[in-house]
Amino acid sequence: MMRYLIPLVAFIVLAAFLLVGLTLNPRQVPSPLIDKPAPIFQLNHLHEPDRLMASKDNLGKVWMLNVWASWCVACRDEHPLLVQLANSGIVPIYGLNYKDERTTALQWLKRYGDPYTISIVDSDGRVGIDYGVYGVPETYVIDKKGIIRHKQIGPVTVDSLQKTIIPLIIELQKQA
Amino acid sequence: MLKNNDLYRFVVSRQFNGIKGLVFILFLFLITTSVGWPKEAIPVAEDPVIEKRMLALTMDLRCLVCQNESIADSRADFSNDIRREIREQIKANKTDQEIVQFLVDRYGDFVLYNPPIKPTTILLWFGPVILFIIGLGSLIVYLRRRRVQIEDVSLSQVQLERAEALLNENKKGKNV
Repeated sequence: MMRYLIPLVAFIVLAAFLLVGLTLNPRQVPSPLIDKPAPIFQLNHLHEPDRLMASKDNLGKVWMLNVWASWCVACRDEHPLLVQLANSGIVPIYGLNYKDERTTALQWLKRYGDPYTISIVDSDGRVGIDYGVYGVPETYVIDKKGIIRHKQIGPVTVDSLQKTIIPLIIELQKQA
Repeated sequence: MLKNNDLYRFVVSRQFNGIKGLVFILFLFLITTSVGWPKEAIPVAEDPVIEKRMLALTMDLRCLVCQNESIADSRADFSNDIRREIREQIKANKTDQEIVQFLVDRYGDFVLYNPPIKPTTILLWFGPVILFIIGLGSLIVYLRRRRVQIEDVSLSQVQLERAEALLNENKKGKNV
């Protein structure tokens, strides 16, 4: 009896591990920046290139930083959701235009809608490195004290907004 | 310059035959291919010392976009940016540890092909050893059991005689 039982148990354990492995996404690398201060930056606006925006300007409010680019296909998927979210007025969304060309970026926003309170330009991707960006789109939720509370790798979805991001934002907005 | 037509006419004309022709063909190859001869690759960075250090560092760093490649090998845009960042930090006299720490702070231990031993990486470091010990253990148990099973069981006199009789019978059967 044991002769058959041991291999069977071993097989079931192995199969269980492999099954769990199938549901994991190796591209979702947990960010070490969660619960750490958001890296500071000072970047030019996309629409008015001679104006600067600093990350500290947003202290005291909960905000979202969405990393996007006109060359990014997945950004197009999430974009309608961002426009909807911006229209709802729940949270201001700031766009980090990552390694993009100004004119195409502006055209892109005109075409698909502009959900961003301000779009800032990270043309050589340096701020992107500071934020640990490796796959656009990425979205950060930053609290009133300037701490990163959540990072969404890849496009936001209805599911991730409803289950994680919006409840978190509402929770963070209650904090002093 | 000869036009293609002229060349063709020349080649098919009777002047063109034998060893002379062969030499001419070789000559043609020489002059036509010399244009495309490979040149020495132009070094990307001007400073070979920095480049060497950068390569040594990036060999042990994982590209987060193409996760089975090192940053040194990868041609992804992400790796380009990281290489640029590392070059700049080397120029700024940062130590290797500082540079690696800079990346770990942003991307986590996942960028390291040699992650530190921590509670979260214990299974990664010692899992293979544990599996090996389990395998070796079961092999030893199996071999011991088998040795008991295949130990020579001495035959009794009666059994021996019977076996011999059976063997003889077989031989006779074949001879007939």
